[in-house]
Amino acid sequence: MPELASTQALDTFPRLLFHHAQVRASKTAMREKDLGIWQCWTWLEVAAEVRALACGLAEMGFTRGENLAIVGDNRPRMYMMMAAVQCLGGVPVPLYQDAVANELLFVLLDGEIRFAFVEDQEQVDKVLEIQAQLPHLEHVFYDDARGMRHYTQAFIHDVRELMAMGKIHHRNHPDLLAEAIANGHADDVSVMLYTSGTTGKPKGVRLTHRAFIAAAQGGVDFDDLTDSEDILSYLPMAWVGDHLFSYAQAMVAGFTINCPESAETVMNDLREIGPTYYFAPPRVFENLLTQVMIRMEDASRVKQKMFHYFMAVARRCGAEILDRRPVGLADRLRYALGRVFVYGPLKNVLGMSRIRVAYTAGAAIGPDLFRFYRSIGINLKQLYGQTETCAYVCLQPDGQIKFDSVGRPAPGVEVRIAENGEILVKGAMLLKEYYRRPDATAEAINADGYFMTGDAGLFDDDGHLKIIDRAKDVGKLANGAMYAPNYIENKLKFFQHIKEAVVFGDRRTMVCAFVNIDIGAVGNWAERRGIAYSGYTDLAAKPEVYGLIEECIEQVNRELVGEGVLGDSQIHRFLILHKELDPDDDELTRTRKVRRNFVAEKYAVLIEALYAGRQSQFIETAVKFEDGRQGKVAADLVIRDVRTFPLARKAA
Amino acid sequence: MSREIGEVILDLKNVSLAFGGVKALTDISFDVREHEIRAIIGPNGAGKSSMLNVINGVYRPQQGEIVLRGRRFARMNPYKAAQAGISRTFQNIALFKGMSVIDNIMTGRNLKIRTNLLLQALWWGPARREELAHRAKVEEVIDFLEIQHIRKTPVGRLPYGLQKRVDLGRALAMEPSILLLDEPMAGMNVEEKQDMCRFILDVNDQFGTTIVLIEHDMGVVMDISDRVVVLDYGKKIGDGDPDAVRSNPEVVSAYLGAGH
Repeated sequence: MPELASTQALDTFPRLLFHHAQVRASKTAMREKDLGIWQCWTWLEVAAEVRALACGLAEMGFTRGENLAIVGDNRPRMYMMMAAVQCLGGVPVPLYQDAVANELLFVLLDGEIRFAFVEDQEQVDKVLEIQAQLPHLEHVFYDDARGMRHYTQAFIHDVRELMAMGKIHHRNHPDLLAEAIANGHADDVSVMLYTSGTTGKPKGVRLTHRAFIAAAQGGVDFDDLTDSEDILSYLPMAWVGDHLFSYAQAMVAGFTINCPESAETVMNDLREIGPTYYFAPPRVFENLLTQVMIRMEDASRVKQKMFHYFMAVARRCGAEILDRRPVGLADRLRYALGRVFVYGPLKNVLGMSRIRVAYTAGAAIGPDLFRFYRSIGINLKQLYGQTETCAYVCLQPDGQIKFDSVGRPAPGVEVRIAENGEILVKGAMLLKEYYRRPDATAEAINADGYFMTGDAGLFDDDGHLKIIDRAKDVGKLANGAMYAPNYIENKLKFFQHIKEAVVFGDRRTMVCAFVNIDIGAVGNWAERRGIAYSGYTDLAAKPEVYGLIEECIEQVNRELVGEGVLGDSQIHRFLILHKELDPDDDELTRTRKVRRNFVAEKYAVLIEALYAGRQSQFIETAVKFEDGRQGKVAADLVIRDVRTFPLARKAA
Repeated sequence: MSREIGEVILDLKNVSLAFGGVKALTDISFDVREHEIRAIIGPNGAGKSSMLNVINGVYRPQQGEIVLRGRRFARMNPYKAAQAGISRTFQNIALFKGMSVIDNIMTGRNLKIRTNLLLQALWWGPARREELAHRAKVEEVIDFLEIQHIRKTPVGRLPYGLQKRVDLGRALAMEPSILLLDEPMAGMNVEEKQDMCRFILDVNDQFGTTIVLIEHDMGVVMDISDRVVVLDYGKKIGDGDPDAVRSNPEVVSAYLGAGH
């Protein structure tokens, strides 16, 4: 392979790619299920396609340092395009594929995007919708040609044309690509990821080859990952987690990434591939467990009994066996039986039979949920990090798992707790800068070179980091007691019946909550009790459902009493919202985090009603449907009081 | 649109059909041009489904003839119709409920299977190669209709709208030149109807398939068809493009009602 001189260090992604094309040429690098069959690309084939893409881009006038937008589901060619852009010293900018046109507009303008690579007609249509407002945009390439026959605009091209052009270009200029790769530097920006924007406008986070390779190498060494791992790439490409796991680590370790057929088939594809290395946000693990539990309730008596018996065994000793701690012989035997009858088949159904390491991050995971997966023998661990740190700050080491911490600082990462409780980190994996926002960069990195995460946390006695809340969200109640809203919300969300919760209490006399029920779990619960309902709004208003949620909240209050300073944060009153919080209505970010201030403003009347002691409140809300139409949802919301528990105050 | 409507490929001449004393169709003539979407509308009992059944040979009209690509058929039968490239879907879904989606669609390839029963039973040599080729074709249909996620689900477990889509898939697996759709959108909600419209237009546009469809939903018919035939009590009372039909007074009184 002429692209890579043997003297070059493997310190950029293009060099890693062409290195794999030499040393593991015929090993599978990527798979995608298409037309019912897993189509494969070897490292050699990937390198050839990347070469064609890169040379095609060069022919079209793509220049060093320029940004290129990538919008679509996880597809091999989308990942190849990233590598192709990096070959030319450009910066790929992956965007969320479910973003609406106006959200794309901001990034495409901010990044002065001339070239965009999109998946299909749907994405092309979005770009066309805002094209008049994009003075820089010159070329749009698409991957899936379906439905594109009638698009005659000269700036829209099939990516296959680009590759054909690239092949010709490469024949005429055989040295160009090798030179471009040789000119690349580890400190060049390798990717720009936009932060989800829980606060204000999204910011482009510029990360270098050095940073991402350091983070990936650290993770690979930490968990002894080899080139024979299989990972399912199904999380948005714009998200730092996917970029680390599916792109950076695969490039470093040389393992195989697998792209599902479509978003609806992920579960099936997971089962077929049986990944050895798996990453999912807590909500995915939660959905899986909910599905299992619902199906168990419909199973026959015998199966139910068997399931519950062996799950009790697993709860008792499963996690200990996984951590290689001493467990009695009787329990070991029971666990071995359980593996045959329950855990093994269950893991198989979940597609997790081959998993060596599974990670979760992005939000807090419920202790019950976490324990469940570990107890049936899945090595599920938590990690902590953010876009600015390549999602690489803390990892839980094998055998030292604590449910309420995110583990020890990862190799090569330095973590400090500031005086106000904020977590500060330093290491090779830090961002270079925010794109065209020197002010924001200066604000985020302090004089000693530490990145200020904005999270509040503390180290426990074993040196494990525990995250409490966003530093800026931690507030005080009117009586001066500490108030950590996310901490309480997470406790609520750990109940399977509660999908989302927003609590209020900063500088107020008491804590109150909005709740979104989980339509799947509560719907099933209602069906079992013969409660008829017509939809979310109707179900949410049922007195029985209110009763169910009240019980959950009461339990949270009971737990909070036992947690010292947080005992004052017991929830006094709550209501169940008449609609689900939705990113399309700007209530959640695309990564499904609540935009607290926006929600507080939008539903100000409800908050007022909560604190004024009213028993119900009428509200009408505009909603946006997926196809862009608008509608209204109105309801008379009931407000309930919840039992709180007296604090055992220290005797004065 | 880039597709061009071609010559007449299907011509029905003076067709009359009676069941005993009941006259289902009386002296009906109309034609279908290549690549067009042709709708048949009319109130309940107007003879729409009978018309479709005559075209693919389920019913034999007492009078009249069918000219398909210049060939005259006094008597059409379903086998001949299928061989001539006509496939259809049914108003009341006629799928094999216990079989998976993929197997159901595979049955649409039946006519194209060349190897004999013995070889197929042994699944050996040419039979195996052939099945793989057919399976690839079926996968294209599945991809086209975006039903990958239910590939292996038994049809009986699917919601109605998806069953309709599978029914269409089976008809498409035949690679028909003329596709007959009997109320493809009956009983669907708005979203399912939109999807189905999209698929019908895509089939017509991408494969150039000629489509004859019966539909009750006026909005759908007027939006997607090139020409419309209107039947009432077995007689043809209107024929033309949607605008002409909409303004035809006889049609308005018989079907659309005074409100339109």
